[in-house]
Amino acid sequence: METLNLSIDGKEVKAKQGSTVLAAALDNEIYIPSLCFHPHLSATGGCRLCVVEIEGYKDYVPSCTISATDSMVVRTSTPQLLQLRREALNPILSQHPCACLMCWRQKKCGPDDICLRNVAVTDRCVTCPRNYNCELQQVVCHVNKNDVKIEYSYRNLPIDDSNPFFARDLNRCILCGRCSRVCNEIRGIGAVNVYNWGGDSLNGPFGSKPIFDTNCISCGACVSSCPVGALYFKDSPKAETETKTTCTYCGVGCGLVLGTRENKVINVYPDKESEVNKGYLCVKGHFAIKEMVHHPDRLTVPLINCGGQFSPVNLDEALNIVASRLRNYRSDEVAVISSSKCTNEDNYVAQKFARVVLGTNNVDNCARL
Amino acid sequence: MTNSIGEIGDAACIMAIGTNTTTSHPVLALECWRAVRQGKQLIVINPREIDLVRWATLWLRNNPGSDVALIMGMCRIILEEGLADTEFISQRCEGFEDFKSSLSEFNLDFVESITGIKRETIVKAARMYASSKPASILYTMGITQHSHGTDNVMAIANLAMLTGNIGKPSSGVNPLRGQNNVQGACDMGALPDVFPGYQRVATPEALTKFETAWGCRLNPEPGLTLTEIMEAAYHKKIKAMYLIGENPVLSDPDSKHIRAALSNLEFFAVQDIFLTETARLAHIVLPGVSFAEKDGTFTNTERRVQRVRKAVEAAGEAKPDWWLVSSIARKMNAKGFEFETARDVMDEIAKVTPSYGGISYERLEKKGLQWPCPDKEHPGTPILHSKTFSRGKGFFKALSYRPSKELADSDYPLILTTERSPYQYHTGTMTRKVSGLNKLRANELLEINPADAENLGIKDGDRVMVTSRRGEVETAAKVTKTSPPGVVSMTFHFSESPTNVLTNPALDPLAKTPELKVAAVKVEKARTGTGSN
Repeated sequence: METLNLSIDGKEVKAKQGSTVLAAALDNEIYIPSLCFHPHLSATGGCRLCVVEIEGYKDYVPSCTISATDSMVVRTSTPQLLQLRREALNPILSQHPCACLMCWRQKKCGPDDICLRNVAVTDRCVTCPRNYNCELQQVVCHVNKNDVKIEYSYRNLPIDDSNPFFARDLNRCILCGRCSRVCNEIRGIGAVNVYNWGGDSLNGPFGSKPIFDTNCISCGACVSSCPVGALYFKDSPKAETETKTTCTYCGVGCGLVLGTRENKVINVYPDKESEVNKGYLCVKGHFAIKEMVHHPDRLTVPLINCGGQFSPVNLDEALNIVASRLRNYRSDEVAVISSSKCTNEDNYVAQKFARVVLGTNNVDNCARL
Repeated sequence: MTNSIGEIGDAACIMAIGTNTTTSHPVLALECWRAVRQGKQLIVINPREIDLVRWATLWLRNNPGSDVALIMGMCRIILEEGLADTEFISQRCEGFEDFKSSLSEFNLDFVESITGIKRETIVKAARMYASSKPASILYTMGITQHSHGTDNVMAIANLAMLTGNIGKPSSGVNPLRGQNNVQGACDMGALPDVFPGYQRVATPEALTKFETAWGCRLNPEPGLTLTEIMEAAYHKKIKAMYLIGENPVLSDPDSKHIRAALSNLEFFAVQDIFLTETARLAHIVLPGVSFAEKDGTFTNTERRVQRVRKAVEAAGEAKPDWWLVSSIARKMNAKGFEFETARDVMDEIAKVTPSYGGISYERLEKKGLQWPCPDKEHPGTPILHSKTFSRGKGFFKALSYRPSKELADSDYPLILTTERSPYQYHTGTMTRKVSGLNKLRANELLEINPADAENLGIKDGDRVMVTSRRGEVETAAKVTKTSPPGVVSMTFHFSESPTNVLTNPALDPLAKTPELKVAAVKVEKARTGTGSN
């Protein structure tokens, strides 16, 4: 594949043939703010935040829609561009609370603090599930936007919490359209789209019906793609540590990130770096792990069956019982059923146990079921 | 899979047969959508109007159990129309003449009558698959869970070889493995006839190799398969069983028989994370840990070995399965079970398993590796059979059509096929613990075509009794055109309506896979309110 050489902000950079100017910049660690752009989705150029100046072009252009060419000279952060971006934010901020973006106490307050700035509860940073992890906050900070040109009023749209795993508060929606595009372009579902075209445009199911009543498959891709707090996972506190692993549901083997705190799995995210799932999950991988892992019915002690009643027994004693009972049988009288849900290591040891210790090849797993 | 997941979306044609991909492999199904969005062809072959049909260029609604006739019919058309890859056939394959002769049975009249599909559609599908290259075949249990499942798979291999769709990017024969580590469990030799890496126990070289590696004499006699083990337990020939993380009471065909077999055992030990329906029959239950509480590896459907990492400590005395089994082995005075970590086990796996020879936790740290990966420098193998097949030349298999063991008759006039819900997993041991999933799919539903429902006086939501030669199950009816006339379907996620009480344990003679996809049943409106079995 041909490599392109271009100049971005005076830096000579290389880009892949077919890259957009925005992708070329991001690949070379040059940040251009954007809100509607998503690397897996079609570019719309809608938010106008990624505007750049390209030599030879008569006007400023959104870098997400322009293909990079050889010898292109691009500027991404001139004072004029920063001013254009501040202006592009005006209509967005007329629809989205701004206290959470511009309040000087933002970094000082905690969730339990009383808001001293007389900000409505719906507009407070601390009540937003994406606070500190919000792309709009990032962009506002980057372009140093500190005023509001068009007055914002809370839209008072009902919150849709019909889905068991995520909620939709369109009062925070900035109409970037990522949720609609990911649902259509990546998942092929189309449960959410832009509707009410015009001044009251919204992203959601047609006819504003609850998401639960649509063909939504609860995969959570829309939530992961949302740059702000309009779509958010329910019951998803901040994790202390993150562990990369592989999903336990189905043979696709999606990469997962398990967020944990105090020895509990509290969050599950798709691993964006996984070659298998590239940042996407299904409903089970996304939402069926933490409750299962920490379910009160989990077995925590060995149990011995006394006439249909199970009673706990010490682990060492339990292992002794199994060992002594298994000794009583000839190799053709015993069998080991191993598990296609367990690890390779578990299965290796199980079949070795059958062959070496019990002397039998009566070992199988449920591959046929 | 002969090929990799990421290649599927670049195929010119995808043929998805006997797979409800969006339900059972939702994230892999994104590749099908990627292909369709690029204007590639998608042929869906399924008796049920599954979700994938929405994206299909062509949908072939075949009768359950008619796959051999359909695929061999397609092979015949491809050959007659000169669409076969003669160069690939002559250079890479053998057995072609016998296979060609066996095609004489599959004229279009015959194929049309067996499959229930119009000949024009079959011809169209054959042309589409043969002329859009590369073409990738995806299949799952809709192909394998038949008394002629091996023939189904051979027919698919014939079709792929006939068109040279093997060993090239975005082509191939791609069985999508169901459970998270079914590929790995088989790779590790948790099978009665092979040691790790598919080295056959009956061959003297393999036997000697493992006797040396493990320092003991080994049994050269291949063992029994799961279904045969259950039968032997029923007849009290197998007297003791050690079962890890499986729930055959719900997952295996003819549940009543399975329950009786397990109850006949003199000693039955189960290792699991929950007290499953099967564990309740055990004499002793050992607490295992979930995937989030242990280190290890899973091998996915594209043969990619990937790390599983411990994120939290397990509660109580729960331990990893390898630890529990090794401890018992040591208590039985066995040598070679002194593993301290999962990494120690993987190091031994790599030593004795040629296809895992180059796999180590160090290499897996950044990303997974696809076997065969024979040595430390080997980058892994995304595409199999690119130069030769495992046996050298690809073998064309002459086939003839064999009907399913049970067909609809006057006593049992409907065919029951099993399916899955995207919101539950297998026997529900894990997913039914998740309240949100239970909100999305709470109970069993018998999907039935409106015409059949009307004949039986059944309305949507009615309680119905489903009866086969082996038992009866009560459930609720869902009247839907998803099911074709004459065919009903149920999942097997719900212990209150144990579908496998009804299914047929008839086995494929080679693979010993039971015929879970075709059982004759009758459906009536339930007389009583609740209860089953």
